[in-house]
Amino acid sequence: MIAFWLLSFALIATAVFTITAQKPVYSVVGLLGNFVILAILYLTLNAEFLAVIQIVVYSGAILILFLFVIALLSSGVKPFDIGPDRAPRIGIPAAVFALIGLCIVVFSVVRAQIAGAPNAPQGVTGTADSFGSVGDFGVALFTKNLLPFEVTALLLMVAVIGVVLLAGDEKPAPPRRKPKARDLEREPIVKPVETVAPR
Amino acid sequence: MESYIALSAVMFFLGVVGVIARRNPLIVLMSIELMFNAANLALVTFSKLWANNTGHIFAFLVITVAAAEAAIGLAIVVVAFRKQHYVDVDEASTLKG
Repeated sequence: MIAFWLLSFALIATAVFTITAQKPVYSVVGLLGNFVILAILYLTLNAEFLAVIQIVVYSGAILILFLFVIALLSSGVKPFDIGPDRAPRIGIPAAVFALIGLCIVVFSVVRAQIAGAPNAPQGVTGTADSFGSVGDFGVALFTKNLLPFEVTALLLMVAVIGVVLLAGDEKPAPPRRKPKARDLEREPIVKPVETVAPR
Repeated sequence: MESYIALSAVMFFLGVVGVIARRNPLIVLMSIELMFNAANLALVTFSKLWANNTGHIFAFLVITVAAAEAAIGLAIVVVAFRKQHYVDVDEASTLKG
């Protein structure tokens, strides 16, 4: 239980760091910590496969994508020095209070749901010991939920096509580069036969 | 278990605050990722509570959608940066009538 409180404190701290950091790179670092802690929380919830996926997909792929874009955008120019952020200083405490209020509302709504759960809190995970294991997950994914899994492939395909259309190079490839002077000086691989012009 | 749900709610609203308060589109996208993860945490918690792994499947699909969303969103950011050489959520008003 102490571990849970430590983890949740770290989770909230990294989330706050993510949304308050001045530079996007710091935000990415905060988000990385957030994802790793969340993966540990998934492990405490018997979701082993999701914990691994969280690290591999989120930390390994999505955050690297963010880092690449940051590196791409901020090379040489300062794109983000336009002005201050939208929230004024006094808005932040107000936002925090609103946040706490909304949390209480959501929590009280959800609590009624939890009370009706078939196996009450802290119950042993009902059906089998294999709950949440990779095998259990895989069987459920490939039998009962096969159609959503297939549709996922279509979704990713659409995403890839969209990215290529959006950010791909607009100009067609240049026809052929002209040989530079240096290329002409270079010794050719196949030497042309020296023909002496007849007098 | 209730504390997991409360943690999920806190994280979700931190993401909301990030989306509202920040002007940098990259940080806005990261706040959206925070909200995705909060939803995932709630799904996994309920999945454990009901001993039913449909929540795991759903969280897996959410991660897939989040990957697609991040790719598309970052591509849009790159295109916007190419067009006007700065990136600001407030300034992206070209489509306004």
